[in-house]
Amino acid sequence: MSRRIAARTLVYLSLITASAVVLLPLGVVFLTSLKTSKEMADDSGKLTLPDNPLNFDNYVTAFQDGRMLSAFGNTALILLFAIGGTVLIGSMTAYAIDRFSFRFKKLVVALFLIAALVPGVTTQVATFQIVNSFGMFDSLWAPIALYMGTDIVSIYIFLQFVRSIPVSLDESARLDGANAFTIYRKIIFPLLKPAIATVVIVKGITTYNDFYIPFLYMPSEDLGVISTSLFRFRGPFAAHWETISAGAVLVILPTLIVFLCLQRFIYNGFTKGATR
Amino acid sequence: MTDTTEKAAAFRATAGAAPAAPAPAPPRARVLRTVTPWLFLIAPLALLITFTYAPIANMVAYSFTDWDGVSPELHYTGVVNYAEIFTREDLFQVFFVSGYYLAASVVQIVAALYFATVLSFNVRFRNFFKGVLFFPYLINGVAIGFVFLYFFQDGGTLDSLLSLLGHHTDHAWLGTSTSANTSLAGVSVWRYMGLNFVLFLGAIQSIPGELYEAAELDGANRWHQFRHIIAPSIKPVISLTVILSISGSLSVFEIPYIMTGGATGTETFVIQTIKLAFQFNKTGLASAAAVVLLLIILAVTWLQRRLVPDDKVDLV
Repeated sequence: MSRRIAARTLVYLSLITASAVVLLPLGVVFLTSLKTSKEMADDSGKLTLPDNPLNFDNYVTAFQDGRMLSAFGNTALILLFAIGGTVLIGSMTAYAIDRFSFRFKKLVVALFLIAALVPGVTTQVATFQIVNSFGMFDSLWAPIALYMGTDIVSIYIFLQFVRSIPVSLDESARLDGANAFTIYRKIIFPLLKPAIATVVIVKGITTYNDFYIPFLYMPSEDLGVISTSLFRFRGPFAAHWETISAGAVLVILPTLIVFLCLQRFIYNGFTKGATR
Repeated sequence: MTDTTEKAAAFRATAGAAPAAPAPAPPRARVLRTVTPWLFLIAPLALLITFTYAPIANMVAYSFTDWDGVSPELHYTGVVNYAEIFTREDLFQVFFVSGYYLAASVVQIVAALYFATVLSFNVRFRNFFKGVLFFPYLINGVAIGFVFLYFFQDGGTLDSLLSLLGHHTDHAWLGTSTSANTSLAGVSVWRYMGLNFVLFLGAIQSIPGELYEAAELDGANRWHQFRHIIAPSIKPVISLTVILSISGSLSVFEIPYIMTGGATGTETFVIQTIKLAFQFNKTGLASAAAVVLLLIILAVTWLQRRLVPDDKVDLV
C-alpha cells in the first residue's frame, strides 16, 4: 500500500515539475512586462515582483511604438481571407472527390495526397519566384494565396466529414430538381458546420502564429503581421526587455483566451489535423 | 432544370471547354455530368499546381543551374550544386545540427508518452495539467523565441533561478555551439511536446475500458497495462509521431532563426537554404539543397509506410 502512495506522490511531483517548467518562463516574462526600466536596471534578479503590478506603460509603448495595432489589423485581414478561402476550397474539393466519379479521379487524389507530404519550408526558394511573377510580393495577397492554396489538412478533415453525410440526402434533393451546386450549397455545406469549426480553429491558430511566410513575402513595415512586428522589436527595443516582454504578452494573450474558451474543440481539431 | 442549362451555358461561355455547338438534351446532360466535378475542383487544383507542383518542378530545374534569382541569364551546370552540398564542409555541417533536434525529439516522445499514460488514469486537476502541457504548442513562435532569449540571457530567468537554488553561474547558455544547440533543442521540446502528448492521450483514451478491468482482474500492474494494452494500441500514432519528428528535426527554422539568427553554429538546413537563396543570391545552390531535403523527407515517409503498414490512410 505504501508503495502505491509513493508512486502516486511521484506522479504528482512529475506533473507539478512539468507545469512549472512550462509556466515559469512565461510567468517571468509577464512579471517583466509590468516593470519600469528603472526596476530593470536595479538588477535585483528576474524572479522579483514588479513594484506596481498595475504598471501598463510598457504595453502602451509596445502598442504605439511597436506598431502592434496595424499588425493586429493586417493579421485579422489575412485571417479572414485565408480562412474563408480554405473553408470554401476544402469543402468543394471534398464534395467533388467524395460524391462524383470522374476520369482521372485517382490522379487528382494522388496529387493532393503527395502534396501533403511536401513540407512547405523546402519549396519556398522556387515558390518565391512564382509569387513574385504574379506581382504579389510585398502585398497581403501573397500570404493569403499561399495559406489558401496549400492546406491539404483541411481537405482531409472535410473529406472525412462529407463521407459521413448520407448520400440519400443528395439523392432526394436531386429528385426534387436540385443540381449539384444547389446540393453543395443547401445541403452539404450547412451540414459541414462541425468540420468548418474545426478547420477555422486550426487554420486560425496556425495562420496567426505563422512567421515564415509573412517574413519572407512582406518585408514592408506597413505590412507587418503580429509575428513579424514582434520580431522587429529586437532592433529598437534591444535593451528594453520590459517592452519586448509586453509585446510578447500582447501576442500570447489572444491565444490564451481562445484556448480557454474553446479547449475541447482545439484538442479535437489538432488531433484530427495531425493524424489525418 | 432551366437552372442547370443556364449554368452549363455560363460555364461554356467562360471556360470554352465544352463543344461550341448547342447539343441536344441527353448529351448535354452527359457533358454536364462529366464537367460538374471539375467545376468544383478547378480552383483547388489551380492553387495546388501553382503553389506546390510548379515550385517543385522549377526547383528541380534551378538546381542544375547557376541562377542567381534575378538576372535573365543562367547556365546549365549539371550536378555541380549537388556535389557542392555534399563536399563543402561548411554546407554539410547543418546535418549535424539536426542531430541535436533528433535527440531532442526522442526525449520529447518519451516525455509525451509518460504524461499521456499518467493523465489517462484518474488524476486530480487532470484538465489543468493537460491544458498547461499543451498550451506551449499554441503560442506564437516569435513570442516563444523572445521568452527563451530572456530565459537564457546572461543573468536571465535561468541564471536567477539557479542562483536562488544556491548555484551561481555565469555560463553563457547561447555562447558555445554545443550549449546553444542543446538550449535551442530544449526550447523545441518545450514547444512541441504538448502536441505529441495530446495525440497520445487521445489514442489511449479510445482504448475500451473493459480491457484495463480484465487486466486488473488478471493481476496486471500499471507497467503491464502500459506494456501490453496501451503500447500496442497506440502504435500507429507513435509511428506517425516519429516520422513527423524526423522531418521536423530536418526542417527546423523558427526557433533558431529568431533566437540566434543561425549564429554560433546553430544554423539549420532551412536557415542555410534561405540565406543562400535570399542573401547570397545563390538560387541554384539553394534549390539543390531544398531538393535534397525534400528527397530525404519523402524517403523517410516512404520507409515508415513500408515498415508500419498504416490502415489509417483511407483517402478514398
